[in-house]
Amino acid sequence: MGQNCRVSFDRKAVLRDSLSVAIPVGTYGAAFGAAAVAAGFSVLQSCVLSLALFSGASQFAVVGVMGAGGSALSAITTAALLGVRNGLYAIRLSSILSLRGYRKYLSAQVTIDESTAVALSQESRGTEAMRYGYFATGIGVFVFWNLFTLIGAVGASAIGNPSAWGLDAAVPAAFLGLLWPRLTVRKTRIAAVLAVMVATALTPFTNPGIPIIATVLIAIVLGWRAR
Amino acid sequence: MSSIWVATIGASVICYLIKIAGYSVPASILNSARFQRINELVPVVLLSALVSVQTLAVERSISVDHRIVGVAVAAIALKMRASFPLMMLAAALSSALVYNLT
Repeated sequence: MGQNCRVSFDRKAVLRDSLSVAIPVGTYGAAFGAAAVAAGFSVLQSCVLSLALFSGASQFAVVGVMGAGGSALSAITTAALLGVRNGLYAIRLSSILSLRGYRKYLSAQVTIDESTAVALSQESRGTEAMRYGYFATGIGVFVFWNLFTLIGAVGASAIGNPSAWGLDAAVPAAFLGLLWPRLTVRKTRIAAVLAVMVATALTPFTNPGIPIIATVLIAIVLGWRAR
Repeated sequence: MSSIWVATIGASVICYLIKIAGYSVPASILNSARFQRINELVPVVLLSALVSVQTLAVERSISVDHRIVGVAVAAIALKMRASFPLMMLAAALSSALVYNLT
């Protein structure tokens, strides 16, 4: 590790890893664009979310909370809570990327699940490969995600009633797809079931958005102890 | 400015600041096991809550309708290891079918 070892690495192999993640993930942008328009966002607003927010789960959350009639504050809070993990990725990555000046501010935007995962998976190829994998994946996802957001948003605005096309079910399905791989251990399954119960039970009594944020208490209570 | 614009810009700014902040925070914060455990569960509870609210809620009321069919089909698709786009397509098609036939 460190700058002293300028070991060359197999660029093609790292690029292949990066693009095999970036292209399929980027195409999900179409689902986001369609969901955003179905929730009442304009094509421009959908595209601004993909360009400026650029974090899938947080973007779907903003759209989901606003679409359910929640306040802007609820939407922002939910997005921020889901975005905390990007900050944690940045902590992990900062020693690997060792960014200075304006580069830090530019590359922070592509600090997401996929770029971090590919960077960390290149550890055996060395630090230079990790950096290359991070940027190739981050920029790749950014380009395809934004392109497909536009396609999805324009497509959805052309079709009228979202329910008739199943778009209102596609949004919770997207959340389920993001949730699914996390349900591997018993504790996360318990947390998921409790969250469903609490959020549903609170819905008639609070403003939309609050039932979602309230479930963070479940995470705190269950995560407090090791078992 | 409409509330959708407030949410769009507000969430974008905060999420960017979180990303940037990570590059300035000492790495020692990651060593707290409790912090890590809670942080692993936060996306799980938020996503679960979003699934249930998006499936069942209409503003402040609960409605069991075509959406739950789509989500159930999505769960089956995920169980069968379908890809993400295929899963969403199956959910949309089944939900649309129920919506248009009832």
